[in-house]
Amino acid sequence: MAELLEKISAVDRISNIFDANQTMVGEGLPAWVNQARTPALQAFQKMGIPSFRTENYKYSDLTRLFENENFRRSFKPDLFDVDLAEVFSCDVPEFDTHLILVANGWYDEKSTNSELFPKGVIIKSLRKAMLENADLVEAYYGKLAKSNEDPLTAINTIFAQDGVFIYIPDNVQITKPLQIINILRSEDDLFVTQRNMIIAGKNSQAKIMLCDHTLTSQQFINSNITEVKIGEDAVVDIYSIQNQHNKTASFSGIYVSQDKGSTLSTNAMTLHGGIIRNNLKISLDGEHASASISGLALTDKNQHVDNYTSIEHLKPNCVSNQLYKNILDDSSTGAFTGRIHVSPYATKTAAYQRNNNVLLTDAAKMNTKPQLVIDNDDVKCSHGATVGRINDEALFYLQARGINEKEARLMLMFAFAHEVLAEVKIDKLRDVIDELVNKRLRGEVSLCHSCALDCIR
Amino acid sequence: MEDQNKLLKEVTKRDYRFGFVSDIETDTIVKGLNEDVIRIISAKKEEPEFMLEFRLKAYRRWLTMKMPEWAQLKIPVIDYQDIIFYAAPTQQAKYESLNEVDPELLRTFEKLGIPLEEQKMLSGVAVDAVIDSVSVKTTFKETLAERGIIFCSFSDAVKHHPDLIQKYLGMAVPYNDNYFAALNSAVFSDGSFVYIPKGTRCPMELSTYFRINAKNTGQFERTLIIADDDSYVSYLEGCTAPMRDENQLHAAIVEIIALDRAEVKYSTVQNWYPGDKNGKGGIFNFVTKRGICKGESSKILWNQVETGSAITWKYPSCILMGDNSIAEFNSVALTNNFQQADTGTKMIHIGKNTKSTIVSKGISAGHSSNSYRGLVRVAPKAINARNYSQCDSLLLGDTCGAHTFPYIEVGNSSSIIEHEATTSKIGEDQIFYCNQRGISSEDAIGMIVNGYAREVINKLPMEFAVEAQKLLSISLEGSVG
Repeated sequence: MAELLEKISAVDRISNIFDANQTMVGEGLPAWVNQARTPALQAFQKMGIPSFRTENYKYSDLTRLFENENFRRSFKPDLFDVDLAEVFSCDVPEFDTHLILVANGWYDEKSTNSELFPKGVIIKSLRKAMLENADLVEAYYGKLAKSNEDPLTAINTIFAQDGVFIYIPDNVQITKPLQIINILRSEDDLFVTQRNMIIAGKNSQAKIMLCDHTLTSQQFINSNITEVKIGEDAVVDIYSIQNQHNKTASFSGIYVSQDKGSTLSTNAMTLHGGIIRNNLKISLDGEHASASISGLALTDKNQHVDNYTSIEHLKPNCVSNQLYKNILDDSSTGAFTGRIHVSPYATKTAAYQRNNNVLLTDAAKMNTKPQLVIDNDDVKCSHGATVGRINDEALFYLQARGINEKEARLMLMFAFAHEVLAEVKIDKLRDVIDELVNKRLRGEVSLCHSCALDCIR
Repeated sequence: MEDQNKLLKEVTKRDYRFGFVSDIETDTIVKGLNEDVIRIISAKKEEPEFMLEFRLKAYRRWLTMKMPEWAQLKIPVIDYQDIIFYAAPTQQAKYESLNEVDPELLRTFEKLGIPLEEQKMLSGVAVDAVIDSVSVKTTFKETLAERGIIFCSFSDAVKHHPDLIQKYLGMAVPYNDNYFAALNSAVFSDGSFVYIPKGTRCPMELSTYFRINAKNTGQFERTLIIADDDSYVSYLEGCTAPMRDENQLHAAIVEIIALDRAEVKYSTVQNWYPGDKNGKGGIFNFVTKRGICKGESSKILWNQVETGSAITWKYPSCILMGDNSIAEFNSVALTNNFQQADTGTKMIHIGKNTKSTIVSKGISAGHSSNSYRGLVRVAPKAINARNYSQCDSLLLGDTCGAHTFPYIEVGNSSSIIEHEATTSKIGEDQIFYCNQRGISSEDAIGMIVNGYAREVINKLPMEFAVEAQKLLSISLEGSVG
C-alpha cells in the first residue's frame, strides 16, 4: 500500500525544485538574468513536458524520462580536478586547439590560458561575463533562445547559472579552433544545465568545436543552450561531437542570428548517446547571409536521436543548405524535423534541405518531417527525404569483385556517411572524424566511452 | 483567340452572381443541432435502428471533440446552431428553361464544353421529363442493373441493402475519426452508394451527375464504394462548372473498400464558390476521404483537381492492408485570391509488398495559401513497402504562400521511402520564350501551368481531363499581370 503515495507530476516537481532553490540559483547573478526565470517557468508550465502531443516533439516523447527523473541538480560550482590526461590521453600535435573545459555545466577557470588569445578576444565563464560584460550579454541573453517557444529552452532558462562566453571583436580572426569540452562526472545521477553565448563581431572568424563527454556511468540529463550572434561578414563554424554513454539524455539548443553577409557552418556528429535532441534555429537577419548545416547520427541499441532544425529566411538573397543523415542499427530510433520558412520579404532566397536515412534492422525506426513554409514567389526551395536500406545492386557489385559482404556493407555505409563528413572544413578534424566514423561503424568506438578524440589512437 | 480570352477574363473576373438564395420551403427543420434533430433526420429518412444508433454515437462523440487547429488555415468560427441540418432534396426548379439563366453562366459552361443537359442540371433548370427518359442516365441504369452493380443514393441503399451498409459503414472512416467526420456521421443527409459484385468490371465511369438525386445532396454528403473481389470501377465526383450551392459549410465523407484484386479509381474535380476577390464568402470544404485496400493486390487511386472553395481541408488517404496492394494519390490544388487549401494524403502501409505513389502539384496565386500535408507510415510488419512522393509548388505572385508538411515514419529496414519537394515560380525565360513565339504572357502562363499539372491531369478520365485543363487556365485568369 506504500505505492499509494500521491504521484507528483514532472512539471510540478520541476517547479518545486525551482521554488525551493530559487535563492541559490540566482545568487551572485544580475537581476535581469534572474528576472527571466519566472516567465520561463510560466511558459514551461504552460507548454509542459514535451510529448508526442507537442508538434515539435512528436517523435521524441520525453514524458517517461522526466516522470522518472529525480536527479541531483548542481546549483553550486561542481568543479573537480580534471585530469586532462584522462580526457586526452593522447597528444595529437597536429590537432592544436584552444581548450576550454566545462565540468558539469560549470566553467573551469584553470583550463584556459587567456594570454594565448588574440587581443580583444574574451573567453570566460558566462557567469562572470553577466557581471563584467553585462552590456554584451544582456543584449542577446534570452533574445535568441526564446523560452516561450520551446519547453526545453524554458527549463534551461529557469536554471541557467553558468557556461561559456566567447566574444570575438570586429576584424579579429582566430585561426586555431576553440574547443569546448563538456565533461560530466558525478557519483550520483545528475541534471546539468549549461548556457553559452558566442558573439562574433563584424568581419571576424572563428571555428568552434563542442565536445560532450561522460566520465562516469551515472545517468545524466544535460541541457545545453548556446546563443550565437554572428556579425556582418563574419565566418563562424560550429562543430559538435556527441559521444556520451547510453544512459545520458542530452538536449542541446543552438540559436543563431546572422547579420548581413555572414557565413555559418555547423556540423553535428552523434556517435553515442542515450536520448539526444538537438535543436538548431537560425534566423537569417541580414541580406546575403548563408548557412550550411549538416549532421550525422550513428545509432544502435535503444538510442534515440532527434535533430530539429528551423531556418528563418527574413531578408533577401540568403542561402541555406541542410544535409542530415542517420544510420540506424538494432532497435534505435531516429527523427528529423527540418523547417524552412521564407518570409514575404525574403526574395531571391535559395534554400535546400536533404535528409537521408538507412535502416539496418527491422527493429530500427526512422521518422522524418521536412517542412517548407514559403510566403514568397521569388525563391528556389527544395527538400528531399529518403528512408531505405543499403542498395542491393551496389552490394552485389562489390561482392562480385571479391569483397566480402560485411566489408562491402561497411564500405557502402561509410560512403553514405562521408558526404556529411566532407562538410567539415577543418582538415585535421575531418580526418579524425572520418576515422571515428569508420571505427564506429565497425563497432569499435563503443569500447571506449570517454573521449571521442581519444579513440583515434 | 483574343476575343475569347477577353471573354473568359470577364467571365471569371466578375463576381459570382448566383448568390445564395435559398428557396427551400418544404420539409426543413429548425436551425440548430441536438439529439432530437438527429432523431428527426433519421425518422424522416425512415432509417433502421442501427443507423440512428450510429448517428447518435457519432453526435455524442462530436460533442466531446474540438475543432482541429493544426492545419495551415485560418478558419472563422462556425456556429453550428445556426445551420439547418436537414432539408429534403427539393426537386423544385429554379428556372423554367435555359433562357432564363444568366447568359454569362451559360457562356462559361460552353467554354468548359458541358453538355446541354448538364448545363440545365447545374444551373437549376427543370429537366424535361421527355428529355430525361432518353437521357444517358436511363440507358445507363439498365446496363448497370444487368451486371448486378448497385449504384443508388445512400438513403436507398439504407432501405434496400441494409446488410451491406451495416457491414461497411464506418469501416474506412469510423464515426469518431475526426471532428468533421463525427459531425458528418451524425447528420449526413445523403450521398452515393456503389457496390460492384465479384469479378465485374464496371462498363462506364460512374458519375454523380447521372444519379437522379445528385442535385442538392446537401452539405453533409456521404459516399460509400465497395468493390468486391476482382472488380473494377471508376468513379467521378463533382464537376468543372461553377456549382450553385446554398450551403457554406460542407463536411463530406467518402469511404472506399477494395477487396481482393479489386481496383477503384476515384476522381474529383472541385470547383465550388471560392469567395470573391476580397476573400468574402465562399465554401468551407472539410472532407474526410479514405480508402482501404482490404484485399490482397487491391488498388485504390485518388485523383483530384481542386480549384474551388474558400477553405479546403481534405486528405484522401489509403490504408494498404492487403499484401501487394497499391495506392496512388494524384492532386492538383490551385488557389487564387484569398483561398486557402490544406490538402494531401496519408498512406498507411500495413500489408507486405505494398506500394504507394504520391504526386501533388500546388499552384498558388493572389493572396492565397496552399499547403501539402501528408503522412507515409510503414508499419514494422509491412516489409518491402515502397513509396515515392513528389510535391511541387508553383508560386505566382509574391503575396501567396506554398507550404509542404510531409511526415514520414518508417518501421522496418526492407522498405524504401522517398520524398521530394520543390518550390519555384515560372521563370521569366520561359515566358520570354513563349512571347517570342507570339504567345501572350497570359496564354503562356496557362500553358506552363497545364504542362506542370499534366502528370496529374493525365490520370483523370478523358472528358474530365479536357475540362480540368480549361478549368486551370480559367481559374488563374486575372492572377497574372
